[in-house]
Order: sequence, then C-alpha cells, then structure tokens
Amino acid sequence: MALAVKQKEKAWGKVLDAGLDETIKKLTPEKIEQVIKKALEKMGPGRLKTMVETCIHCGLCSEACHTYLSNDRDPTFAPVAKVKQTMWPILKNKGRVSPEFIRRAAEIAYTECNLCKRCSMYCPFGIDMAYIILSVRRICHLLGVTPLYLQDTAHSHAVTMNQMWVKQDDWIDTLQWQEEETRGEIKNPIIPINKEGADIMYSVIGPEPKFQAHLMGQAAVIMNVAGIDWTYPSFDGWDNSDMAMYSGDHEIMGRVKRAHFEAAMKLKVKKIVMGECGHAFRSIYDVGNRWLGLRMPPVPVIHAIQFYYELLREGRIKIKKKFDKPVTLHDPCNVIRGRGLHEMARYVTNALCEDFREMNPNKEYNFCCNAGGGVINCGPPWTKKRVISNRVKAEQMKATGAPIVITPCHNCHSGIEDVIKYYKLGMHTKFFSQIIVEVMEIPEKFKL
Amino acid sequence: MNQIAEWDWDTKEKYIADINEWRKKFPVVRGLVASDDGEKIATVIQTEDNRFTTCVNGDVWEETFERLWSLKFTPDNKFICLTYKDYEWALAVDKEFWEDRFDSAWNLTLSPDGKNIAINVKKEESYGVSLNGNTWENRFVDARDIALSPDGTRTATLIQTKRLKEGDIFGFQEGIWTVAVDGTPWDKTFVNVWGVTFSPDSKHVAVEVRFNLYDYTIAIDGKTWEKVYNCVWEPLFKPDSNDIIAPVKTSDGWTLAINGQPVWDTYVQLWNQRFSPDGRRIAAIVAPEYGRWTIAVDNIPWNNSWSDAVLPPIFSPDSKRVAAVVKESRNPFHMESALHNVEGNNRYSIAVDGTPWPGDFEMVWDPIFSPGSDKVLAKVEKNGKYFIAIDGRIGKHGYEALWNPVFSPDGEKLLIRCVEGGRYYRRVVPIHEI
Ligand code: SF4
Ligand code: SF4
Repeated sequence: MALAVKQKEKAWGKVLDAGLDETIKKLTPEKIEQVIKKALEKMGPGRLKTMVETCIHCGLCSEACHTYLSNDRDPTFAPVAKVKQTMWPILKNKGRVSPEFIRRAAEIAYTECNLCKRCSMYCPFGIDMAYIILSVRRICHLLGVTPLYLQDTAHSHAVTMNQMWVKQDDWIDTLQWQEEETRGEIKNPIIPINKEGADIMYSVIGPEPKFQAHLMGQAAVIMNVAGIDWTYPSFDGWDNSDMAMYSGDHEIMGRVKRAHFEAAMKLKVKKIVMGECGHAFRSIYDVGNRWLGLRMPPVPVIHAIQFYYELLREGRIKIKKKFDKPVTLHDPCNVIRGRGLHEMARYVTNALCEDFREMNPNKEYNFCCNAGGGVINCGPPWTKKRVISNRVKAEQMKATGAPIVITPCHNCHSGIEDVIKYYKLGMHTKFFSQIIVEVMEIPEKFKL
Repeated sequence: MNQIAEWDWDTKEKYIADINEWRKKFPVVRGLVASDDGEKIATVIQTEDNRFTTCVNGDVWEETFERLWSLKFTPDNKFICLTYKDYEWALAVDKEFWEDRFDSAWNLTLSPDGKNIAINVKKEESYGVSLNGNTWENRFVDARDIALSPDGTRTATLIQTKRLKEGDIFGFQEGIWTVAVDGTPWDKTFVNVWGVTFSPDSKHVAVEVRFNLYDYTIAIDGKTWEKVYNCVWEPLFKPDSNDIIAPVKTSDGWTLAINGQPVWDTYVQLWNQRFSPDGRRIAAIVAPEYGRWTIAVDNIPWNNSWSDAVLPPIFSPDSKRVAAVVKESRNPFHMESALHNVEGNNRYSIAVDGTPWPGDFEMVWDPIFSPGSDKVLAKVEKNGKYFIAIDGRIGKHGYEALWNPVFSPDGEKLLIRCVEGGRYYRRVVPIHEI
C-alpha cells in the first residue's frame, strides 16, 4: 500500500541549520585533518577499517533501511552509501577532507541514520552500521559541527544533567505538584522524594517534567496502586536520557550516566525502573555505562515494558475492563533489537487491550520510527525530511487499521505522531502507562 | 566528638514514640527522620484536609502547610524543615521561621557543627543563596548546587551569568557559567562548572571547569590549572592545606592529579577520591580493568576487585585502614527483574583493606569504624529486615527500620536508633551484645 509523497525528489529542499552551516566556516582542511587523525587514533582505526573493508557492497542492507525504502530506493540512502559518503573517504584520505564534506557527513550521520541497527541484521557480516555512523558523529562533535537543536540539548545535559534545561527547583516543584494532581485520581497518593532504602528509584526523561508532567502523575498512580516501595531523587541524576550520546560528546554522556547511577546508589535503592524511553535505556545499559568502564549498570535498570509485564503477571495491578479500541504496537529499536523485550511488550498489550493488531514486519524486524538516534532532537528544521523518510512506517501502520499505536518510547511517540500527521493517517499514539491507568482496577483503599 | 560524649550513654533503652499510633491517627505518615543522638524522631503527616505538618516525638505542630519537606535535625537537636504556604517557601527551625520568604528553597545544607544553615533560593525571579536567613543581594539567572564552608560562614553556588535565547548554542559556548562566592561571581566564566567545594580553612573554592566542548581542568578562586585534560571529576582539598586532588583523564586513561600534575598510574576509571584524616594517604575508587572495580590506596589497588560497583572509600580515624561497600553479581548478564532478585546477583558486602566480609546482603550502608579503628560495622539488610553487622558478623536483632549506629567515645557501646513492633526506640548496647 504505497502512500504518495507530495514531491519525490528531496521534498524537504535544502535544510538550513546554523549548527552545521555556521560551524563549518571555522574549519580548514588542515584543522579537519589534525582533529580526525587524533580522533581516529583513539577510536582504534583498525576496527573501523576492518568493518569498512569487510563490506562487499552486496547491498543486502539496503532493503532493511526505512530511509532508503521511503525515499523510493534512492541509492544515496542505502546504509552502505551512508558509509561510502562519510567514513570511507575519511579513512581513505586519512582525514584530509573539506569543510563542505564535513557538512554533508554531519547531515548524513545526524539526520539520515537512526543508529537503529536493522541493516546489521541483514548484512551477511553483521557490519555494525550504528558504530560506524556514531564514529562519524564523534568526529563531527570534535570539529564542533552538530545540528543546533541537538547541540543545545547536549548543553542542557552538561549544565543540568537533564535534557530540557529543567532547573533544580523546577524538578522538585513538579514532583510536589504532581502529587497534588494525583490526589484527583486516587486517595492519598505519595510521590516519595529521597526515600533512602526504597526498593526502586523511578527515573524519567527531561521532557516529562517539562512538557508531560501528567505522565509522572500516571506513573505515581501505578506505583501507589501496585504497592511499590519507590522514590525519586530531589537532586540531579533523576533524568535517564542522554542526547550527548548521540551528539558524540562522550564525556558529557559519561557525566550524565554517572550522576544517574550515583543518585541510585546514594538513595540505596535496589533497582532503577525507567519510564517508556528507548534511547535512555541504550545509554544506561549499552553505551554510557561502557564509556565509564562499567560492564553493566551498577544498579540493575528495568525498562517500563518489563516492569509492567512483571506487575501484570504477578497481579500487582489488575485490569477492570480491557481497552476496547483496536491497537497496534510499535517496537522501539533500543529495547526490542537492543534488549529483546518484544514478547513482554506483547504480553502487556494483550493483557491491556482487546484487539491487538500486529504491524508487519514486527518485533526485532520492526522498522524504526525515524525519530530515534537523536534524529528528532535535530529539531524542526529537519522534521519534513524525517517524516518523508519514513513513509514505510506510515504504510505499515495504516495497514493495521488500528486507530491507536502504542509507542513505549518517547522519541518513537513524538516521531510517530509526526508521521501520522504528515500522512493524515487519523491515528494516535499512546504510552502503555496511559492505557494502564485507563483500564486498571483501583483497589478500595485508593478509591476517592 | 565532644557532642557525642555528652549524649546519654547509660540508659539502656528509651521508648520514644509509637509510630503505629501515628499511622492510626493520621491519613498518611511519611518517612521517619531520627536525630543524631536518637532522642527525637520526626515525620511529615498529612491531615484530613490534605495539608501537611510535622510530628516530633508525638508533638504535632498546630500550623499546617500546603507542602513540607527536607526534614533535618542539627547535631544539637534543632529541627529544621522547608514549608510552603500561600505561594511562599519558608525555612523553619524549631517552628520559628526565618524572616525571608522564597519562591523556591532547596539544597538544605548544614555546617559540620549544625549551627549554620544554607539553602539555594529563588526570589523575585532570580536565584541565589540564603545563609541563616541572610539572602544574597546579588542574585542570578540560575543557581545550582550549594557549598557551605567548614566554618559555616561562607557559601558558594554555581551560577548562570547571562540570560540566553533558546537554542543560542554560540552564546552558550562563549561561557556563561561561573561560581559565586558570598554573592560575588568570579571574574572568569566557563562553558561549564561542576563540583563546587571549599578548602578546609574556608578561604578557597575549587570547581571542575570546561573551557569549551573539549578542554577540562580545575579552577581555584577563578584561577585554572595550567594543564587541560580530556575530562575531570570533582576536586578535593587536602586537610589542613590548600593542595587539591582531582581525577583527570589523559589519553592513556584516568589518573589522579595533585595541583594539576598527574601523580598516579592510569586506570580505566578513577573517582570518589578521599584523604585520610591525617592528610597523608589517598584512597579512591578505581577500575583497574574494564568491568572490575576496587579501591586504590596511594595508587596501589587492592588485590580483590568486584564486578558491579565499589562505593566511596572510608578511612579509619587513625588513617591506617580503609573500608568500602562492594557489590558483585555472579551472572551479570542475566535478565534482572524489578520485583525479585536474581540468585547470586546484586550481592552487597563490605571490604576492609581489600578483604571482603564472608557474607553478603541485600543492601549495605557505609561502613563505620570504631573510635579505636579496630572494628568496622555497618547497617545491612537481609530478608527485608535491617541488622547491624560487625566485622562481617551479622547481629542478632533484625529491625523494621534502623539508622546508622553510633559508637560511644570509648568504642565499647553502640547507640542504636530503631523501629521494632511499630515503635521507635533509642538503645545503648555494649558491643559484645550486638
Ligand atoms: S537508519 Fe537503521 S537501517 Fe538505516 S542505515 Fe541507519 S542503522 Fe541502518
Ligand atoms: S549488507 Fe553488509 S556487506 Fe553488504 S553492502 Fe551492506 S554493509 Fe556491505
């Protein structure tokens, strides 16, 4: 079912982004060469070179990539082409490339690849495209060439340890305000702050206190009703997200992760449960922890999908009446391909909803939302390109006929809502938590 | 220590409050806070009309608030909390308010003797600090984190010097952050500042700084170390000195620098460095190899290392011994669960001079040395109850709630603050009876 894109060829036109356009003005081929040489030494050029040289250009990865498929198989969007336009010439020329080349490389690395790793599953050698593209991003970061919105987010992480410039007092205020709000839902809810020795530290991403505080209220309803011994820190480290991981600023990524882990250890909690976010999970469980020298997070981190699965399986929350509108489920790359939570996600969906319709392909073969990998964080200038480059997702969702798409990840949630709007699909996204509070049984002691 | 000597070390048991009774009386009773000497126990209670007040040893404050949090006892047993009413925050000490009111108040900090209180505040849309109710006249676009000098007379906070338009990455990279000490900002600004700390003589302030997106170092009183590094962690002053140590990242890995010069070997990671009380020794958490954690003392890592984490080192009073919480998982790659523990994983214990206690626990609090430095104890959790463990041996009594025990000055007795059967007790118990 092909959806028409208004204008096939580069319908988004030339995108202006001061983070790329202004910053390359300060570069010279000499400076670029110097920075890249140093960067490659640290990255271990052997690994990159082996990956690049192992590729036999068979093109099997192309059909895996939603940007390639959505742009009518434009060969420049093929995964291998993304490497061919970025890391190949960098390695071949030993870093001597032009500022214009860096601008194009940055555009590809930050806005045309979601680091979703779907292509790696189709490559006979399993070449890790995400690793190569992340290495390109690291180089761009070291050259100071990063999309403006993404860079601003990395700055926010650096100052506040959260993604949205949330000030220390605003965070505390949100916790207290959400407790007040939740009093309208259940009787005597508590949002515990700094409860030392609680079982669980619940962590969220910056956009929740900033724009979607009701999600924190809903989390509070679930926690209270399920009888979880939980807490939030009042101090930095509450945000689990990490856009510095995607901008290429490893040092800030590590600092943000350290704050998160140390908050949990300071509060003496046994587990961290995180809200419905995918990239945050990757940053804690895969990338950020490793940069710090941690094989695994020092305190186990449980993603919301698994948490809800456990609550439902063990009867900690019960369902009053299942959600009756048809739903489909988007599998977020970072917790499905990256963590294997797809069966749990289906358990949760079926436990909550009457009419669940699979997208095809699905589970670990699902297409990325095209918001992930920091692409949506590159901001409004790139929105059109982002939605046009994910026509396959629109087709996939439309085919289900379901009006609701469950998206257990913040970036997927926003990105898919954009896709829905652009292609006029008449659908809506929902988090699991929103459906849970709609359909759960409120025990007598919490009834108003 | 003097204060501790004055506590009641003779009365074996004092039954202070019936917490269960409080729970029956009020719709909600929040977390409990015990005073250092164990004589008082406080909580926040919610009234029928959804307002909040405090209850200290059963004494309920008649005044109620819309919000109330950040409960603390000073070492001399004054009771402090932050209260919110009619859109204003106020700090209360023993039910008496500071005169000044705030739009926000947080990061409640006490000087070591508890006589001085500092908070970060927002007032008239600008941010700063209030020390003992004297609010800085100079206030800023934002303020984060607070440091109170050891003598309790000076305060410092990280400040944003200029307002920026949303998304002004270039303005930000010019450097709009610095430190303000007693309300006066340093002349120099930076892209970032973190980890603000005072010197032991209360005269100097140090922070981590980032000059641009790539170069990090330490700044003292606004003057930076000559050398820049790929990354740094928070600085620490040496006792009785103005020397500073900080972990720094070179191209070979993490090492420890003193006054800007790297002096230790390099490690995969190095953080949470601590000086011994006599200032002669340094201990820090290190990862000698990827995914293994231990303590290095004067650059010599312990022989044992742990898979998950090691928490900040603690020196004995005689500066000779070091203890730390350690954590190990037998199957670190096993799928964890939110509600249950995976057998063999997340095992907490204490290691002293590199040797772990034989047992492990569900959770372990920071180790505490006896005044003579010969014994180590810790609050531990086992099967959902809290115990005191001494030198690896778990105590006889499990409690519903337990605060860190305190050694008597002679090291012979322990002050135990605990909840048993829904009642809060203060007990003094000879060590051999634990
Ligand atoms: S977006 Fe995904 S499938 Fe496409 S190149 Fe990047 S990692 Fe591969
Ligand atoms: S599938 Fe693998 S080998 Fe083939 S072109 Fe893609 S990256 Fe190269």
